Amino acid sequence: MARAVSTRRTIFFTIAAWIVALIIFFPILYTIITSFKSETEAIQGFNLIPSGTIESYIDVQTQKDYFKPFMNSVILSVGSTILALLISVPAAWSMAFSPTNKTKDILMWMLSTKMMPAVAVLVPIYLIFRDFGLLDSRIGLMFMLMMINLPIVIWMLYTYFREIPGEILEAARMDGASLWGEIWYVLTPMAVPGIASTMLLNIILAWNEAFWTIRLTTTNAAPLTAFIASFSSPQGLFWAKLSAASTLAIAPILIMGWFSQKQLVRGLTFGAVK
Amino acid sequence: MKLKTFLLGTCSALLLCGFANAETLTIATVNNGDMVRMQGLTDDFTAKNPDIQLEWVTLEENVLRERVTTDIATKGGQYDIMTIGTYEVPIWAKQGWLLPLDNLGADYDAADILPAISSGLSADGKLYAAPFYGESSMVMYRKDLMEKAGLTMPDAPTWEFIGEAARKMTDRAAGINGICLRGKAGWGENMAFLTAMSNSFGARWFDESWKPQFDQPEWKTTLETYVKLMNDAGPQGASSNGFNENLALFQQGNCGMWIDATVAASFVSNPKESTVADKVGYALAPDNGLGKRGNWLWAWNLAIPAGTTKAAAAEKFVAWATSKEYTALVASKEGWANVPPGTRTSLYQNAEYTKAAPFAKMTLDSINSADPTKPTVKPVPYVGVQFVAIPEFQGLGTTVGQLFSAALAGQMSVDDALAQAQDVTTREMTRGGYIK
Repeated sequence: MARAVSTRRTIFFTIAAWIVALIIFFPILYTIITSFKSETEAIQGFNLIPSGTIESYIDVQTQKDYFKPFMNSVILSVGSTILALLISVPAAWSMAFSPTNKTKDILMWMLSTKMMPAVAVLVPIYLIFRDFGLLDSRIGLMFMLMMINLPIVIWMLYTYFREIPGEILEAARMDGASLWGEIWYVLTPMAVPGIASTMLLNIILAWNEAFWTIRLTTTNAAPLTAFIASFSSPQGLFWAKLSAASTLAIAPILIMGWFSQKQLVRGLTFGAVK
Repeated sequence: MKLKTFLLGTCSALLLCGFANAETLTIATVNNGDMVRMQGLTDDFTAKNPDIQLEWVTLEENVLRERVTTDIATKGGQYDIMTIGTYEVPIWAKQGWLLPLDNLGADYDAADILPAISSGLSADGKLYAAPFYGESSMVMYRKDLMEKAGLTMPDAPTWEFIGEAARKMTDRAAGINGICLRGKAGWGENMAFLTAMSNSFGARWFDESWKPQFDQPEWKTTLETYVKLMNDAGPQGASSNGFNENLALFQQGNCGMWIDATVAASFVSNPKESTVADKVGYALAPDNGLGKRGNWLWAWNLAIPAGTTKAAAAEKFVAWATSKEYTALVASKEGWANVPPGTRTSLYQNAEYTKAAPFAKMTLDSINSADPTKPTVKPVPYVGVQFVAIPEFQGLGTTVGQLFSAALAGQMSVDDALAQAQDVTTREMTRGGYIK
């Protein structure tokens, strides 16, 4: 009897999980479906069965160079992630293992910077970039993306590091490990799953960032977000081409997310249940 | 051998010098058919100007507007040429943000630009932007449905006739809406249409002392006519429809009439895209017997920001892209029906063009009948037919557009929408120092 109830619960939750997953995934699925429609079909209304034409992909390839913005996306997302980790690992270490009574306040303050609408600081940031010659440069944008995601990265790493017993680090210290040795040889190997999932999440966030990547670039550093934006049109039908461009832009990160989903889920739920 | 080596070395050095001296122009533009076509034809320009390379930044219209405004206001210098609308040109020229186009070349023939278009792009007798394509608005209608309704569309209809025809053509069971008009909120969406429509009803945004006029009877008549017409004969969910949504409805045969940009004529008459291509007729935008029609005037233009360091090369490109020779180039490659319309008088004197574009005469008449300096019946202190060329208008137009869109959706009454529009406009104009 208990087994029957348990089986019913499992089936119920499995179906519920699939429904929720489908609802979440549906916008992406519909974008992919729309990319295989003609422009006329695309604007006709809701329809899950496309004609299967690839004319939008051909148009997108003919009109724009995909490779350059793709490479920019790779460089920016990976580069900003490495920069963010270089700063956030020591920061999270100090807050997790040498906390003061202001540590929580500092963490909250860092997180609060995410609450400010980006457009509020557009002009000052633009002027800083202009004066430092960073407009349309990969270095400048990498730094910007690192700054945007740094609060989340520090928060995540702080959560992981707090799960590591401080006694292990103390033991390393008693064995004569230096500060750097303690972080590099003891803490980092133990936190690899956490660092990996933080890294993956940061790459996804940087890949999808559209506000700054469109506004601080023109041609040299423009990533795939700018590539997508170029297919929207005020006069004329564009939904199928826009969907094809979006599919091409999200495909790499979608594939990466699929293969690393175990690490991502583990990282995101780490410390959530005790 | 020595001579060969010398010549080879010299050639290599010259080639390197050539690359080193090549200037790269960065051009910001929108993703319109005519602009995309131009990007495909730039080999002609670079062949004639091997020392100039071109880089394109294509963005959605609103993002482009925000991007280039930020860049030009902060003197970011990211762009050498910008695609901007008729609204921006007088404001930016007044701010000193644009370079006057003084050196377009001896054979450019600036006098050939349609007077209605060039007047909106000039200040103190100087041209600050060159029109790439121009448009007005007109009535596009289904000849078969009009005939079925037992009516004949005049070349210059009145609003009364449009209302009668729309109601007679409506057959919702068959998916036919008598009329499709813009309802989506935005200064360039529903307010472009409604401001132009209000001109034909004698309404105006401001009186001579910049006092908002939404509390006047002309605006009430305009908005009541629009809302009632759309309720009786418009499509469902019209408050979400802009240019592209109405284009799709018309192309699929769901609209009896559509009053919108003249450039739409090439889309609805294209049999590859439109199911009603052979059934479309054209007429001037309606009037109300007051001497003004409800048509607008707009152009996408190429302008050179004051911050560029490559002004001479940029002006060469602007001259090429807006020249008669460019029009001939497009015609030779893609046919006369695909040339950018609405900028030059000579195009409308070209028999090949008027033959390929049956809407040419109506487009020209519509453009010529719009006067940005005298847009409505009563005098106004501003320039612009479907907009008011002041920096505050983008925000104001969108706010008022949201109120009028809500009235169309039945979320508020016409009276409430007008009262709120009057309040918000008065507040902003007082804050802006226009009302003392």
